[in-house]
Amino acid sequence: MSEESQRTEQTERREPILEVRDLVKHFPLTQGVLFKRQVGAVKAVDGISFDLYPGETLGIVGESGCGKSTVAKLLMNLEAPTSGTIRYKGEDITKLSGRALKAVRRNIQMVFQDPYTSLNPRMTVGDIIGEPFDIHPEVAPKGDRRRKVQELLDVVGLNPEYVNRYPHQFSGGQRQRIGIARGLALRPEIIVADEPVSALDVSVQAQVVNLMERLQDEFGLSYMFIAHDLSIVRHISDRVGVMYLGKMAEIGSDEEIYEHPTHPYTQALLSAVPVPDPEAEGRRERIVLEGDVPSPANPPSGCRFRTRCWKAEARCAEEVPLLAIPTPFEKAESGVAHPSACHFAEERAAVVAA
Amino acid sequence: MSLLEVRDLHVEFHTRDGVAKAVNGVDCGVEAGETLAVLGESGSGKSVTAQAIMGILDTPPGRITGGEIVFQGRDLLTLPGQERRRIRGAKMAMIFQDALSALNPVLSVGYQLAEMFRVHQGASRKEARAKAVELMERVRIPAARQRVGDYPHQFSGGMRQRIMIAMALALEPDLIIADEPTTALDVTVQAQVMELLADLQREFNMGLILITHDLGVVADVADRIAVMYAGRIVETAPVKELYKAPAHPYTKGLLDSIPRLDQKGGQLDVIRGMPPNLQQIPPGCAYNPRCPMARAVCRRDEPPLYEVSALRASACHFWEEMCDAR
Repeated sequence: MSEESQRTEQTERREPILEVRDLVKHFPLTQGVLFKRQVGAVKAVDGISFDLYPGETLGIVGESGCGKSTVAKLLMNLEAPTSGTIRYKGEDITKLSGRALKAVRRNIQMVFQDPYTSLNPRMTVGDIIGEPFDIHPEVAPKGDRRRKVQELLDVVGLNPEYVNRYPHQFSGGQRQRIGIARGLALRPEIIVADEPVSALDVSVQAQVVNLMERLQDEFGLSYMFIAHDLSIVRHISDRVGVMYLGKMAEIGSDEEIYEHPTHPYTQALLSAVPVPDPEAEGRRERIVLEGDVPSPANPPSGCRFRTRCWKAEARCAEEVPLLAIPTPFEKAESGVAHPSACHFAEERAAVVAA
Repeated sequence: MSLLEVRDLHVEFHTRDGVAKAVNGVDCGVEAGETLAVLGESGSGKSVTAQAIMGILDTPPGRITGGEIVFQGRDLLTLPGQERRRIRGAKMAMIFQDALSALNPVLSVGYQLAEMFRVHQGASRKEARAKAVELMERVRIPAARQRVGDYPHQFSGGMRQRIMIAMALALEPDLIIADEPTTALDVTVQAQVMELLADLQREFNMGLILITHDLGVVADVADRIAVMYAGRIVETAPVKELYKAPAHPYTKGLLDSIPRLDQKGGQLDVIRGMPPNLQQIPPGCAYNPRCPMARAVCRRDEPPLYEVSALRASACHFWEEMCDAR
């Protein structure tokens, strides 16, 4: 615990490596073939802000359609944001292009969800892991590449002799290790991992999570760890952000979010996670939400969660709650004092079984 | 008499590269009103067992090479095809993992639900339609009457899974097999669907076989658990006992390797290595290459399913040590 609090203190003192401010991504909905008229927009990401500090893991959780993968794509510059800024070491990467963009991209790499479709089946493992060197030849001179690739295989716990094998010769867990090796090839500072273990079996999942933690210590990486599995996110993250329909509902340290959630959505989400312990399960109070997530093309006015929220009042339909420390908790000593976008934020007992 | 009794079931798949032994002597049973959870990782044979019970195994390449599946006193494997068809759907039904691919995209959900009544009960179009609406209401689909003519893509993932459940329930079967019913769903929707399934099971006093890899989902709803590994059941136990004191090292490994919501840990305990290739299952205990307790005997002799107590069994030579260690 002391080690952990030290870690958070450190991160507070340091400058963030990535600063995201009011990030918005709307995908236009059009009608007509020749003359496309915009009839609306899918508001996938609608104004989110957060910081990522060097060496920390920021977990992003949320249900499908909440915009968490779009955030990943925006950070990677695979999509251009509608508005907002992403500052990497103070420089807004959304405005970059050409050589400057290429240089930044080297430092932000991605690990994808599905190890079956994210590796080219016609390339050998050596070519897959070595491909980043073709784009950034300054990292490894040509003659040195094979050795580098073998080193990388060794680092992620695969036999370096496998360089000439093809992806189909590996199991899911091994493939994900290949994906991680490719992400590491350019020695990036930030790795954006979008559901990196969701497709894996439980026993293999633990191996990959341990590997990612080891690599973080070894190379001083910062992770953006995106997942829908709240248990895994808690395990690996220093801080956690909860997203709902393109907005950040609540953000804080793992303890603040998991032990002292104040946003009703976070509480419902946590209570819905099945705990593999029948006795603890019996002690928990489960909040079963009604209905589905509304369409991001037509989100509810005011607070986006109000249509499924048991606390919703008239005010929630009119006023968008801001992501800030709720006034009653501003001076609180315990973990409740963290940003939560709810007009009626409060703690609720027995959300997570102790 | 048990509702369903599977005895010494063996299933093989004949492929170009050789014979894969997917199920190697499975014994299990379900009573009316009981929930049996079959837990295992991919390739453990849990889905193949379900398909064999349901009679929807692809043959070839699959082949049931031994054993019996006794349902309400009759061995399904010896029944002629026509009789088997009468049982399938009417007496036992299945809920699949991926509702989007299990539903026909070019037919309305109302038509697909009504088809059950028209084929099995010879109902008229109008009657069948009315019953379809009733079913949709029963699985709590809002505005069922308006939505009966909608197509699968017009529903959300959770709603589609409700339609699958409705379809399985249509003829009020005695046994439901649910193969990873909530794996594709978000947690909040998963909670809704599991609650619905449990309610309906109680209402109709059905037997439920829940196939899953998620130890969390199981803890909440199952009465009994069977853990499968490499085509065998390696441990069966009432749910509480299994979580408290696993009697097989594989079960223990699984439980230790999942991160817990209520705990923040450092390193996760992992199970070394990978699940075995079903074409080359290791001799002796199939788990021995990954097992921290493995000794010479484990590499030589396949452990039988030892009786740990009246309700528990473990296929480990050293189950006594496992129990003592607690």
